[in-house]
Amino acid sequence: MHELSLAMSLVEIIEAEAARQDFHKVRSVLMEIGELSCVEVEAMRLAFEVAVRGTVAEAATLEIEITPGAARCPDCGHLAQISSHLSPCPQCGAMGLIACGGDQLRIKELEVD
Amino acid sequence: MCLTCGCGDAMDHEHGHEHGHEHGHEHGHEHGHEHGAGRLLRVEQDLLAGNARHATAVRQRLQRQRILGLNLVSSPGSGKTTLLTRTIERLNAAAQRCWVIEGDQQTSRDAERIKAAGAEAIQINTGKGCHLDAHGVGHALDALTLEAGGVLFIENVGNLVCPAMFDLGEAHKVVILSVTEGEDKPIKYPHMFAASGLMILNKIDLLPYVPFDVDACVAHAKRVNPRIDVIELSAHTGEGLDAWISWLNRERDALSALLGDEPPPPAV
Repeated sequence: MHELSLAMSLVEIIEAEAARQDFHKVRSVLMEIGELSCVEVEAMRLAFEVAVRGTVAEAATLEIEITPGAARCPDCGHLAQISSHLSPCPQCGAMGLIACGGDQLRIKELEVD
Repeated sequence: MCLTCGCGDAMDHEHGHEHGHEHGHEHGHEHGHEHGAGRLLRVEQDLLAGNARHATAVRQRLQRQRILGLNLVSSPGSGKTTLLTRTIERLNAAAQRCWVIEGDQQTSRDAERIKAAGAEAIQINTGKGCHLDAHGVGHALDALTLEAGGVLFIENVGNLVCPAMFDLGEAHKVVILSVTEGEDKPIKYPHMFAASGLMILNKIDLLPYVPFDVDACVAHAKRVNPRIDVIELSAHTGEGLDAWISWLNRERDALSALLGDEPPPPAV
């Protein structure tokens, strides 16, 4: 359940921003999760609920934006959008694509008071 | 003091600090506005940025000392610790230094086994944590007497999921899979195999007794990660260990070739 330590990192970032940007309550958090990151969205939501307790983000809603994975086909060179490390090349059907994006895990935006 | 985090502490302290005080304080004034009326702040921060900072510090420290850092990952029971004890015997016989950081949820049993095999080892107990992080590894390095050259093995918590995401400052992740597990593990747990530079297929002495298709397993691993190296061995019988030791030597030589043989004088 690494989502919990990720959610705790998220809360640390929010608390640091609260001190820096002077807000006392977070209404919503917008997160970006890449499809190739090893994060389960539902587990992330659950971990978020636990991690925000007693913090400025206690009442915040979590919005999640999923970014597709990207990979290069070693055979035809096509830059493909993929949803998993097991996806074949949509252009030529080759396996063994080389992932080159879509593993991000970012906090993008906060709506605060 | 920890230069990366400034925590002024040795091992075993908590960074995930508790909040004993109440943050959700009441406000005497009225907030009455609807959702959507708050102030919007662009933050754009990576959740793993903190870990990445610590990992970079670990990596630079190891590179400065020309130490090859390897992060050993697998499911529980794949034979990581036995592989390490055999490897230590081989490296000691060749007068090559190595150190081990042992990660487990509880007990220091593995660190004791490593010490008995003849290497300096330190145990990190993650408690309920399911993976090591780079901050803990940084502090574990403080407790080891590192010398220039050699290999640092970081034996991660037995878990094929969570450790995949956490860079510990290693040169490579090495994933160990034993033939008593399913040959389809690489496609069941693709993140770990995608993140690893080498797959070790362990316990090959048991191949006559288990229905494990080596070729299919390697094909699965290459499908997830076309660049992954594969070594088949048995830590128990010693078969295939030569290939593993050669791989270690090659990677250490590659590190020296990249950075130059002689480490710079230690920073004061």
